[in-house]
Amino acid sequence: MCLAIPAKVVELRDADLAVIDLGGVRKEISLALVEDVRPGDFVIVHVGYALQKVDPEEAEKTLALFAGLDAPARETA
Amino acid sequence: MKYVDEFRDGELAKGIAARIAIEADPSRTYHFMEFCGGHTHAISRYGVKDLLPASVVMVHGPGCPVCVLPIGRIDMAIELAIREQAILCTYADTMRVPASGGLSLMKAKAKGADIRMVYSASDALRIAQENPGREVVFLAIGFETTTPPTALVVKQAAALGLANFSVFCNHVLTPAAISHILESPEVRELGTVKIDGFVGPAHVSTIIGSQPYDYFAEEYAKPVVIAGFEPLDVMQAILMLVRQVNEGRAEVENEFSRAVTADGNAKAKALVAEIFELRRAFEWRGLGRVPYSALRLKDEWAAFDAERRFDMPERSVPDNKACECGAILRGVKKPTDCKVFGTACTPETPMGSCMVSSEGACAAHYTYGRFRNAA
Amino acid sequence: MSTVRTGYVRPLDVKRGLVDMSHGSGGRAMAQLIDELFLAAFDNEWLREMNDQARVPMPAGRLVIATDSHVVSPLFFPGGDIGCLSVHGTINDVAMAGAKPLYLTSGFILEEGYPLADLKRIVESMAAAAREAGVPIVTGDTKVVEQGKGDGVFINTTGVGVVLEGVDVSGAHARPGDAILVSGTLGDHGVAIMSLRENLTFETTIRSDTASLHTLVAAMVEAVPGIRTLRDPTRGGLATTLNEIARQSKAGMTIREAAIPVRPEVSAACEFLGLDPLYVANEGKLVAICGPGDAARLLAAMRAHPQGRDSAIIGEVVADANHFVQMETGFGGRRMVDWLAGEQLPRIC
Repeated sequence: MCLAIPAKVVELRDADLAVIDLGGVRKEISLALVEDVRPGDFVIVHVGYALQKVDPEEAEKTLALFAGLDAPARETA
Repeated sequence: MKYVDEFRDGELAKGIAARIAIEADPSRTYHFMEFCGGHTHAISRYGVKDLLPASVVMVHGPGCPVCVLPIGRIDMAIELAIREQAILCTYADTMRVPASGGLSLMKAKAKGADIRMVYSASDALRIAQENPGREVVFLAIGFETTTPPTALVVKQAAALGLANFSVFCNHVLTPAAISHILESPEVRELGTVKIDGFVGPAHVSTIIGSQPYDYFAEEYAKPVVIAGFEPLDVMQAILMLVRQVNEGRAEVENEFSRAVTADGNAKAKALVAEIFELRRAFEWRGLGRVPYSALRLKDEWAAFDAERRFDMPERSVPDNKACECGAILRGVKKPTDCKVFGTACTPETPMGSCMVSSEGACAAHYTYGRFRNAA
Repeated sequence: MSTVRTGYVRPLDVKRGLVDMSHGSGGRAMAQLIDELFLAAFDNEWLREMNDQARVPMPAGRLVIATDSHVVSPLFFPGGDIGCLSVHGTINDVAMAGAKPLYLTSGFILEEGYPLADLKRIVESMAAAAREAGVPIVTGDTKVVEQGKGDGVFINTTGVGVVLEGVDVSGAHARPGDAILVSGTLGDHGVAIMSLRENLTFETTIRSDTASLHTLVAAMVEAVPGIRTLRDPTRGGLATTLNEIARQSKAGMTIREAAIPVRPEVSAACEFLGLDPLYVANEGKLVAICGPGDAARLLAAMRAHPQGRDSAIIGEVVADANHFVQMETGFGGRRMVDWLAGEQLPRIC
């Protein structure tokens, strides 16, 4: 399920709140479900809450996978 | 939009499609169930089907929490708004689900019930603070992704000492649903529903991690590839599933590694464990009563549990006889197999929940894909 | 002894006054409201006659009439308000016949208790929009309903225009092979409105695109007199408009997602809310359909106009007995662009 979208944290506010920016649209969301988030980090946002940070290295690896650059690379969890 | 646009790139899609076409064994078919409604929606919206060879068939699973919400539960919600004159706060998705007596939350609202659409659970909390003289009930739905926010607001309501806020809890669990499908006669014995592997849910997995799926891979010998939300993620996951099937493997692989780890989100899980406990069984639309598949508030939070706060007799209402939502949710039938699909049942006049939610298999097919079947 | 000033009427207290039932009763209070607020703002030779109707010269050509009622909420939004919206909306409806708008009427239904200061803002905004467009508001009506029976202000505007002989623009004229064009970015208005709705607050610099398009249309008709169809994609967005035309013309359509102009901010806002920009309302854009040989010339004429700078060719009309509107996604697959079902509600899943 779940409409969730990756967005960039641009400002931290009190009480576990933060402002995220997605394509120029800013919204206040809650960071109560994640830890150690800093401005510049990307988080996955769902119904007004950040669920998880986006790992930039893993994102790059995944994009490389799409391009077939890692030959049949198998990432077992 | 970073981490969005790159994952929708058409050129990369062609590359993955080519690889799937090469690696798919022409002498067999592959049936993969995508469990998550978000994946159903993405597949339809981007036309992923057009990039897959005919031998790879996607089977839509019951991963849409709106679709699996039984009529009786909506009736109960409407009753709260009408009988108790509560302000019922709900996500927009549930507004048009058809309930008994030709009603829906939207129609009840038109009749004067104070039903308000919210984007976030915290909005419901705010409404409770702003209306101290009224009862405010939050209709909580969703799989593991949406559960932590509900847990948070219950905790916050307690900390604020709110005396007028409660949650009508309909949170359901992914692994239980997957088990139920794999245990169903159609899959296990009859083989009428062939499932060769699962595309695992994206955002549920950010919370629960990849570890809970190990059980399915081992017990049922079915590969699971957890896929991100974007169409390239889905295609890559399909490629990885094809490879697993070809190589006779049944493992859990994580395509959505940029947001999913083995353990998931420990903080969120702990919060959920603090507030909720498992129900013995819960009725799922189309699946019947499924054991240990849903959550309710623990006793210490009973004051915030709408089912205990108000007198709410359990209601079980059978689906409309012509409605095939149940079979469709289990992957046994396709939308076009339903007699009322596209005629009596359309997104404008839905009869079942598969047509109401834009992630339901029927709505997705009707809205995005029915040109494929047209004469 | 007090001196009575003869002929003195205390003016409306616009700063603090509220609409009350007497303003709709037909008596002096109503006359004063009309005089000091509406007539003062809209001022023209017909209104100065102070009749219940306007007598205007009959133009050569065919008469075009259109009407629109405006119930937008909130009444004020980034880029506009219900006032200018009501002027632009009806001017556009007339213009979409390839016609020149000539006159407007305006009927107000005011809710008891509505602040006169806000009403004045709305009326002045309407007056400015009408003046800028060169289309006077020549007659109107005012009613007041009890508190709770209205939403502040409802406005109906009717527009009258003229279309020259030989210009035959209609939703039923699209033929297989015709090109489909849009005059600019989609979704701006709807997103601007949504950004103010309770429970959906997000910050954005997106403004409504509300505008009168009649001069753009005039330039287009001059460049391509044989233009087939014009329509502005308001409620229900581009998707609804294309489906309407497809049904009228008994044809199908194919459009390309990559060609459809959408501002990044509008895309992002739609992502947040789970909305599809194709279904989001526009108030300053139009869809045009023309013969394939005319497409390049039409596009050039549109882009040369300030309101058409971001114009694009987005697809073609095709033969299809089902009248489906289909789209080639940016991803490389195909999907339907169906009629809007119910209201576009933001979703969580």
